[in-house]
Amino acid sequence: MQSQWTDGRAMREVAAEWIKPNDRLTSFERLQIYNRCYWYRVLDCLYDDYPGLQAVLGERKFRALITAYLESHPSISFTLRDLGSQMEAFMEAHPEMIAPRGDLALDMARFEWAQIIAFDDPAYPAVEVDELLGTNPAELRLGIQPYVTFLDLKYPVDEFALAIKASEEDSLSSQASNVVNEAPKAKRRRTVRLPKPEAVKVAVHRWHNMLYFKRLGEEQFALLQALRRGETLEEACGVALELWQGTPEAFSAEVRSWFENGAALKWFCRYREPKKSEHS
Amino acid sequence: MPANEFNGQTDLGIGIGLRVPHYRHILEKKPVVDWFEIISENFMVDGGRPLEILDQILEQYRVVQHGVAIYFGSTDKLNRTHLKKLKALVKRTGTPWLSDHLCWGSSDGRYTHDLLPMPYTFAAAKVTAQKIREARDFLEVPICVENVSSYAEYHVSEMTEWEFLSEVVELADCGILLDVNNIYVSSQNHGFNPYDYVNNLPHQRVGQMHIAGHSKFEKYILDTHDHPVLDPVWKLYAHATRLAGRTATLLEWDDSIPSFDEVHHEALKANQFIADLQESAPALA
Repeated sequence: MQSQWTDGRAMREVAAEWIKPNDRLTSFERLQIYNRCYWYRVLDCLYDDYPGLQAVLGERKFRALITAYLESHPSISFTLRDLGSQMEAFMEAHPEMIAPRGDLALDMARFEWAQIIAFDDPAYPAVEVDELLGTNPAELRLGIQPYVTFLDLKYPVDEFALAIKASEEDSLSSQASNVVNEAPKAKRRRTVRLPKPEAVKVAVHRWHNMLYFKRLGEEQFALLQALRRGETLEEACGVALELWQGTPEAFSAEVRSWFENGAALKWFCRYREPKKSEHS
Repeated sequence: MPANEFNGQTDLGIGIGLRVPHYRHILEKKPVVDWFEIISENFMVDGGRPLEILDQILEQYRVVQHGVAIYFGSTDKLNRTHLKKLKALVKRTGTPWLSDHLCWGSSDGRYTHDLLPMPYTFAAAKVTAQKIREARDFLEVPICVENVSSYAEYHVSEMTEWEFLSEVVELADCGILLDVNNIYVSSQNHGFNPYDYVNNLPHQRVGQMHIAGHSKFEKYILDTHDHPVLDPVWKLYAHATRLAGRTATLLEWDDSIPSFDEVHHEALKANQFIADLQESAPALA
């Protein structure tokens, strides 16, 4: 606990002013129980949300990072689900805390936050391929389900995350009930070799309410990102075509398969103007 | 008083908390359980697996909502976003009543995610009761407030905790979720007689009870919900049941969670005290 109150007085003095001591504990010690429980609870939440980031940084650096993050970004939501929402931005603003594995750490944080979004963000009624027949591509805008995140990564953290998951020993942990937790600690896992750089594009999504990752080709990724930005179907295809190396006929066939695949996964929905907080 | 206005005139029996490690067992084996209590905030999401699971549970079981984040005792105004999501969940579950804690936990829009004890003052009781009334008017469902376990007391308090709880629920005209484990934990931490607490409540307002396990440390007791219910808590539960009558009872087990059957078996021990009550009823009359 901090040793001084905001006005410079010692915490022990301030605690004594407000809290009664008893025959076993001083005022400060009683306050300290709450202080300890607070830190256990919020740190434990971030250990649960970012196991891959912890594996990338190591326990000591990860603990320092999330402690600094929480000091800078205390919870402003009624749910702990949102606690790590500013982690990526915080890491970008503090590269010294994630060096020398900054790029890998950032990829991992983005990937893990995308999983939280995929877990419980809303799903709108899906648009089927048949519904697109006869529509004008120059006017058609398609929405992407909010729970789907497309990531342009420098490291194959999708495979790394699976390896970490496989290495973890099973444990049952508490969920939000405000019960007093034990001290947060890293999950026990076998050592997993860190991935080497390899640019990959990944969709993090859900299917039948289970989390999935799907590798995307460069052109498919560009098209889907363009749709998410609100570009028309024609414009989005144009963006992908600029990257295409093959014949126009092959491109047409490929685009058709992308749409069939995306529609089968229920990724497409009616286009909605993005909210300020919506992820890209 | 099995059914009263504070628990929606229901008589639900013995329930357990719905927890992730038990989902598969419940959905596959469909065990006979009187009711499940859910942590509201775990299901106040926009989609995905939590709501799918909840809907499957609702097809088979009665569900009662228990919240951890309204913070009736905070001086912040009620969070309208929170309340709107909570109301949507109330409509989904059809919960006959809704509970949350008599505590504070947020300040200036920042959340501690803890259940912090209140100063037991008349001014605090008035403000808290007003917020309970506001929440109930908005949610359109009976509310029971739960006494929390605590590890600190304030110099400014003007009354005991049970007097404060009584004052709040009378002013708010709401129910009590009586957590007998929390009473026991606080009594050991603060040195009061837990039976004085139970004896001096408006028993007709008790709409639900909680039982749970706790952990003893050298200088204090922590409310950890990671053990079976200890004997002193069962004795206090039996006493509370004699005073308040047979009441919907819920076992909380939130950490180091054992198998479903073990948790359910522990919860059903409460039936023995209820049976004792019924056997002794003619003699009392």
